[in-house]
Amino acid sequence: MKVLVPIKRVVDFTVKVRVKPDGSGVDLDNVKMSMNPFDEIAVEEAIRLKERGATTEVVVVSMGSAACQETLRTALAMGADRAILVETNVNLEPLAVAKLLKQIVLKEDPQLVILGKQAIDDDSNQTGQMLAALLNWPQGTFASKLEISGGKATVTREIDGGLETLELPLPAVITTDLRLNEPRYTTLPNIIKAKKRPLDILKVSDLGTDVAPRLKTLQVEAPRPRKAGIRVATVEELVTKLREEAKVI
Amino acid sequence: MAILVLAEHDNVILKPATRNTVAAARKISEKAGGSEIQVLVMGEAARTVAEASALLEGVSKVWLADAQQLGAHTAEVLSAQVLLQLETEQYSHLLAPATTFGKNLLPRVAALLDVQQISGIVDVLSPTTFVRPIYAGNALATIESIGGAVIVLTVLSTGFDATPVTDKSAPIEAVKQIANQTPGIRLVGRQLASCEKIELTAARVVVSGGRGLQKAENFKLLEALAAKLNAAVGASRAAVDAGYVPNDYQVGQTGKIVAPDLYIAVGISGAIQHLAGMRDSKVIVAINKDPDAPIFQVADYGLVGDALEILPQLTAQL
Repeated sequence: MKVLVPIKRVVDFTVKVRVKPDGSGVDLDNVKMSMNPFDEIAVEEAIRLKERGATTEVVVVSMGSAACQETLRTALAMGADRAILVETNVNLEPLAVAKLLKQIVLKEDPQLVILGKQAIDDDSNQTGQMLAALLNWPQGTFASKLEISGGKATVTREIDGGLETLELPLPAVITTDLRLNEPRYTTLPNIIKAKKRPLDILKVSDLGTDVAPRLKTLQVEAPRPRKAGIRVATVEELVTKLREEAKVI
Repeated sequence: MAILVLAEHDNVILKPATRNTVAAARKISEKAGGSEIQVLVMGEAARTVAEASALLEGVSKVWLADAQQLGAHTAEVLSAQVLLQLETEQYSHLLAPATTFGKNLLPRVAALLDVQQISGIVDVLSPTTFVRPIYAGNALATIESIGGAVIVLTVLSTGFDATPVTDKSAPIEAVKQIANQTPGIRLVGRQLASCEKIELTAARVVVSGGRGLQKAENFKLLEALAAKLNAAVGASRAAVDAGYVPNDYQVGQTGKIVAPDLYIAVGISGAIQHLAGMRDSKVIVAINKDPDAPIFQVADYGLVGDALEILPQLTAQL
């Protein structure tokens, strides 16, 4: 049973991004980039499935510039078996990514695709659900627990009201939430071993898919700045301020 | 062409986020020259939800898809039901709340329609132009849909005041066809918070706790303060990960996004990801032992000190 894990190279979660003064976008020059945290969790879950014997091969795939090879090598160092890069410098929207992933799925024939629930740059939270739709596969999103057995996935999902558990027949698409697992660190020996694992590079045109954008970004601006606050010295002072100045209680 | 809003509910009660989504629909409608707004309720024995939806200001018609296979609200059968609805009538826009319900369902629908969805809008500038937060809310992007097909949007409640409830009911019509359930998909169970808890995303006041509370039992101090203020209780990711409270308390970039009149952050350091969930609150209070905690940079009022001592004092003085 093969598992496919799509991963995205994004701004590191510790970075507080700044908007470019001309409003054209976010300033990414010299900014630290990393694997999307939810995708790290997805890779970790796939590797644990392999360690438990529930799957035989973990294939990771990423789409973007040549720099994404770094991210793919990190996944290989965590324990993935093989990597695919769909190389492009064009910005891909979630629908386009889902369509490209569908082509990869048709080639690779996995029983499970595990994705991060959202990328922390775009925050769209769409790709997994879209891929499931295009494949006509069931979906288990925002997973905090995943069990695979007897051709079924039992997924516990984090929802607004608490938790929900679904049983889905394989093949299925799963998206990960924060508490599914804690990803392992890559060790130096594994990083070196990973250099020998296969990393294939494809072009978008190899996959015969329409990836033209459907949205246009007109501008990107910083959020409204907040007025500077004050320190209060005592609880009494806080209560007075909230009652009389802010008038919120 | 009308605008369709997908109602979020539990088969009995209409969820508040639906009202904020209808408000967004009304803003689009105004800018589009007055298009009609319809609501689609999909569920099991959900007549009361349809009746509640029909009373919302701005709604001209409610469609009710009522069947056993829709009762669990799973995305596969609901998305098929939405597609049947789009065959019944032409819509210019399709909206759902940006809650776990809408986030799970709408992208599946969008892909089936070959449409690029826009997630989590906080403003409408024109029928085809919207504003949404990106990079954990550190930037706001103005996006134009250039596709030409139906526009698919999820709506962040913090961007739109809930549409009022009137005493006039719009007509309710049953859908003609119910979608089929995909075989093998089964709801095994749910573990939900008690209905008596004030909903985080709709509360006027939120009191939130972080790892600074040190132990799960200390959340009781926070609950006592919340009770005095008639507030909802939230938490940082750290507090949920540490097991102090269940996941539905989490406020943040990938949890709940709230913008109450008053947000009191207790023992929360203020990581970027937490700020993303509460930065639009009208008044922010921070209580933390560490005077350099980043939360103080967004707080209107900051009190440096031990949360475990301050909380009971604050509760007593209110």
